[in-house]
Amino acid sequence: MKVAFFVTCLADHYFADAAADAVRLLRHLGCEVGFPPGQTCCGQPAYNAGRTREALRMAEHTLDVLAAADAVVLPSGSCATMIKKFYPRLAGEGVARATALSERTWDLAEFIVRRLGVTRLGDGLSGRRVAVHQGCHALRELRLETEPATLLEGAGAEVVPWDAQEECCGFGGLFSVKMTAVSAAMADRKLETLPDVDWVVSGDGGCVLHLDGRSRARGDAIEFVHLATALWRGVN
Amino acid sequence: MIRDYAARSREIIRDEPGVREAVTGATIAFDEKRRKGYAEVDADAWRRWAEGVKNHTLTHLDHYLTEAEARLQANGAQVHWAADAAEAREIVIGLATRRAVASVVKGKSMVTEEIDLNPSLEAAGIEVIETDLGEYVLQLLEEPPSHILGPALHKSLRQVQDLFAERLNTAPDGDPDTLARAAREVLRNAFIDADMGITGANFLVAETGTVALIENEGNIRLTTSLPRVHVAVVGIEKLLPRMTDLAGFLQLTARAATGQPIGCFVSLIQGPAADPGDDGPEEVHVVLVDNGRTDVLAHEHAWEALRCVRCGACLNACPVYRQTGGHAYGHVYSGPIGSVLDPGLLGLHEAMPLPFASSLCGACQDACPVRIPIPELLLEWRKEAQDEGLTPWKERAALAGLASVATRPGLYRLAGRIGSRLGTTGAARALPMLGEWARDRALPKPSPRTFRQLWREGIE
Repeated sequence: MKVAFFVTCLADHYFADAAADAVRLLRHLGCEVGFPPGQTCCGQPAYNAGRTREALRMAEHTLDVLAAADAVVLPSGSCATMIKKFYPRLAGEGVARATALSERTWDLAEFIVRRLGVTRLGDGLSGRRVAVHQGCHALRELRLETEPATLLEGAGAEVVPWDAQEECCGFGGLFSVKMTAVSAAMADRKLETLPDVDWVVSGDGGCVLHLDGRSRARGDAIEFVHLATALWRGVN
Repeated sequence: MIRDYAARSREIIRDEPGVREAVTGATIAFDEKRRKGYAEVDADAWRRWAEGVKNHTLTHLDHYLTEAEARLQANGAQVHWAADAAEAREIVIGLATRRAVASVVKGKSMVTEEIDLNPSLEAAGIEVIETDLGEYVLQLLEEPPSHILGPALHKSLRQVQDLFAERLNTAPDGDPDTLARAAREVLRNAFIDADMGITGANFLVAETGTVALIENEGNIRLTTSLPRVHVAVVGIEKLLPRMTDLAGFLQLTARAATGQPIGCFVSLIQGPAADPGDDGPEEVHVVLVDNGRTDVLAHEHAWEALRCVRCGACLNACPVYRQTGGHAYGHVYSGPIGSVLDPGLLGLHEAMPLPFASSLCGACQDACPVRIPIPELLLEWRKEAQDEGLTPWKERAALAGLASVATRPGLYRLAGRIGSRLGTTGAARALPMLGEWARDRALPKPSPRTFRQLWREGIE
């Protein structure tokens, strides 16, 4: 299957190795991965801030860039949600094009489980205890309630239940800089309830940047791993 | 003040850590009960039904208000219309003065907080006693409610023990039963002495002219039945068409609020005692309050927030609310529903920055019994705030810049390389957004090579 990889801003600059692992994983699962070079930002920062005109311009650019793609996969539940759920709301005249792209767009875990039908990856993570941070968009918009944990278990990991697993980490893009004290307190709640694990795994780079930044500021020694990297390590 | 939200929330988190602890514990407990309460029934079907009934009622509000007024009058109740808070206060004080009321007992009511009723009653020389236990605690402390359902849920047991030891002479380590008994002693006498009982209403049924009140403490039953005069202050969005609708809403609201199948007490009030010898008040008054609601109803998007039944489920589900409780928000309606309702009731300018006091996580929407799309409504308010220039110009400039760059791939690649590298330096702390980020967090570490570089070089 041909897949267009949409890397997202944060993964391009802060999780480049995880994005490369996502490409390796997709190839391992039999996909022919392409990288449309004109891709930029999906527009979510502007959308969430209420800057609809700017968000629409970025959406239209992305719709152009991805027009020829058979399937689009993103290493981010949040940016995948922007394209799948919010582009059709934004699109206005281009709604048919946005809806068509929505149906061809997938978060990485969603694509592997729901489109490829794969849940067994290997046993590379056997003996490893992990907690899953479920990004809000992946959880409540894409309803990926079990997919990340299923794949981690399918790669041999022990997924340890976490009281605050489904709670928002407090990132929320602009929210984390506008309401920074509340945002940090939300991260603290996640960190304070974290069980004893080797890794905290998340399919969303934004959440990881925020949780990791807060955890380092507190002096915690927690290892955060992007889901793509965890799964690729599971294959090997 | 609402505009102090960011600073006030920082102060509460820093200076009153007990608030975060108490609110987080209480809301998580409420939310778990709500989940169980929903799981016992086909909650999604109930919620869709309730959404439909409320939408129908709100789109025919004039019809149902007229019907409710006629039925209430036929039942012997008196109906008053208040366009705003000042009119509502004048009506209630006028009734109290006419009947020479010296003391008032109150049931917990958000709308009377909204119209700031207690201070004007007191200014008129009338004694006011809150009879909901949480509200009574807050009245002694002179604090506004922090939560729609559990007004004092931001207080610890220790704080209530200290308060009651000082004011009611209870033992310093009195258990919750002892504390409740001490309050009950005071409140029993207040019920007996009071000339007027003031409540809100959970619902007002048009078909029968019935004020419906849900509670667990029995104080509302006493407030509405012992004093000579009962005044129900009711927001105009509280209407339901028929008694059969009420049957559903009583159950759904209780499940959403506390996971209970129904409240311990449900009072259905249609009018005064029929004959002088009968139980019940001599007079029943219903004050129908607009106070901005018709403006909200006329709003293209915000009208959906008027479906709200004030169950508090969205507050309980909200990780933002949990960090501070309600006081940070600066208005009687706090949490997710407050952030969509307050801009409509008060005007967006007054309610800034509440539409931005959310990470848009969506937990509120999943909990809401009447399916108010709170994240979407927050976004609509954000759009209006941007269009009206109510957001910081630096933020607007940054997002306009992002759009210009993101529609030019070459420029985007260049800007990204500079931007993420800049983020590693101390100079980044001087930038407005990264500076705020770095206030509470370590700066992010960029990848040594971007994905684009890795892709160009070939990924093995």
